[in-house]
Amino acid sequence: MKLVAVTSCPTGIAHSEMAAEALETAARSKGHELHVEVQGAAGSPPLEPSLIAAAEAVIFAVDATVRDVERFAHLPKVEVRTRAAIDRAGQIIDQAVAAAEQAPAREGAPAAASGDGDHDVFGAVTGRGGSRGEEVRRWLMTGVSYMIPFVVGGGILIALSFVVSPGETGVVEVTEHQLFVAGEGVQWPGDLGVSFTTWLGVLLITIGGTAFSMLVPILAGFIAFAMADRPGIAPGVVGGLIAVQVEAGFLGGLVAGLAAGALVNLLKRVPARGTIKRMMPILVYPIVGTLAIGVLMFLIVGEPVAAANAALTDWLQGMSGTNQIVLGIILGLMMAFDMGGPVNKVAYAFGILAISAGEFQIMAAVMAAGMTPPLGMALSTVLRPRLYTTEEREAGEAAWVMGASFITEGAIPFAAADPIRVIPSLMAGSAVTAALSFTFNATLRAPHGGVWVIGIIGNWALYLVAIAIGTILTAVLVTTFKSMRKDEPTTPEVSAHA
Amino acid sequence: MTSITDLISPGLVTTDLAATSAAAAIDELAGLLEADGRVNDRARYVEAVLAREQETGGTGMGSGIAIPHAKTDAVTRAAVAFGKSTRGIDFGSEDGAAADLVFLIAAPEGDDDLHVRVLSRLARRLIHDSFRTALREADSPEDLVGIMQREVEL
Repeated sequence: MKLVAVTSCPTGIAHSEMAAEALETAARSKGHELHVEVQGAAGSPPLEPSLIAAAEAVIFAVDATVRDVERFAHLPKVEVRTRAAIDRAGQIIDQAVAAAEQAPAREGAPAAASGDGDHDVFGAVTGRGGSRGEEVRRWLMTGVSYMIPFVVGGGILIALSFVVSPGETGVVEVTEHQLFVAGEGVQWPGDLGVSFTTWLGVLLITIGGTAFSMLVPILAGFIAFAMADRPGIAPGVVGGLIAVQVEAGFLGGLVAGLAAGALVNLLKRVPARGTIKRMMPILVYPIVGTLAIGVLMFLIVGEPVAAANAALTDWLQGMSGTNQIVLGIILGLMMAFDMGGPVNKVAYAFGILAISAGEFQIMAAVMAAGMTPPLGMALSTVLRPRLYTTEEREAGEAAWVMGASFITEGAIPFAAADPIRVIPSLMAGSAVTAALSFTFNATLRAPHGGVWVIGIIGNWALYLVAIAIGTILTAVLVTTFKSMRKDEPTTPEVSAHA
Repeated sequence: MTSITDLISPGLVTTDLAATSAAAAIDELAGLLEADGRVNDRARYVEAVLAREQETGGTGMGSGIAIPHAKTDAVTRAAVAFGKSTRGIDFGSEDGAAADLVFLIAAPEGDDDLHVRVLSRLARRLIHDSFRTALREADSPEDLVGIMQREVEL
């Protein structure tokens, strides 16, 4: 478990330091991660906001008032005198863990955060830290945990839009209409010429879509935040927005976030004094950081992504008419690779194009392949909850609904947190499902909708079987891969002190 | 680089405190600080330390450690005096055990410098059994200073 503590005493020389040492030692021996702020004479710098955000409980071992106590207001708290912490540090750690476990789950709190405040370009793996891989995962998890509320909020609202306006025409209508036109204002049912329920669907999908438009910027921004603290946010968010613009998807967002964090850490190393030093966070980090990430994302990332996109589209066009099983496998792999990213979009557009050409099997396969990633992850969180953080388990619950509604983005939090184990598992499940969808000759005339358009799916019973098989395959694979991981840092019992 | 040797020397160490009460032990160790020129007003320094003892209900830590201390302008140079007591002295620790290792810390007012850092590092090391054991086993002031030096500067 991740904990923070503040120790303080009036002179701030002995008791606060001893309490800090005692708590750190006890936490380490119990396998918890504790970061302590000593508010004393020698003292330590204030805890980084990312560490406080990541913590599940706070310990105050204090004989004096805690400075800036409001920083910890959201955390379950154990407050003792410094002497108690020195004499019974182990017990107090246990109390804090118990307090955290009893506390109701917090919304949108990050499950992890940056290391121990010693920032190298890539956050430096210090003697106290874990491996480089563990460090990177912590950054990714921070970004993911801030992103999850956007995924859940946006995903469920979009799913609801299909619920209130189901079927072929309903789904087409909610995806086609515009809720708000600049200069004209809200388009009411009468303006759009649609029923009230369809209009409600338009309202829901518009709001949900707006939440979804922030997924990648938030992911990138908070990865950079985990790495470089507050100065990382602006370049990270801007990098994420550009990843959206150049259609680089969430993988582009991962690149943007990591690059922005590294960039700001690099800027922090530039020696500066006096006025210049004061200006660094106000002017230099935001201006230079944003400029550099912008150049990188547009010129270095954007160009090849666009080229690859075009090449992929051409290639896929050439594939039509080949063996359907092969086509299914390819489409499935593409749908699950980046979930809403460029590769996914090529496959999805291919399905839409096929509908207008009067060929309905392709869209069915594409949709099935886009449903299994969230469903497979949701199933895995149920099969082996201990492999996932509390937040991931909660995201897993929402992923059932998103998967059922063909909102592939529901799997992004899992893929962004652990791409190497998750993405191949998703791709395998989707490939099998899409191939089966072709085999079962399932068809779909609507561009979206998931189970909400089940009434217009040809061979729907077998179609559901295809989805179930892919879901199970993905869940089994990802559970196996994650179980093979040695460190399993999400379970408190074995988490290393960092 | 500030080192522990700026803060403690064999002259500031006694292996056999004569005092049997906390106040007497503080005064006895303060005498060493005064003799070494670290404290210019022994009475006022001791008063500040005792006030701190009063305030916290005693600086006995359990495990036989006591760290009376004060930060006052009666201190001219940061220092720590160390005394071992064969009988043990009651510093009001919560576990009721007498302290046999007494560190008297003197910090000058407004001095948040490296000396304070070294003192806080020393305080941190005291949490660890191995350090306490080593201090208990050593029997000359020179050895004791050597142990602290090793422990704090690693």
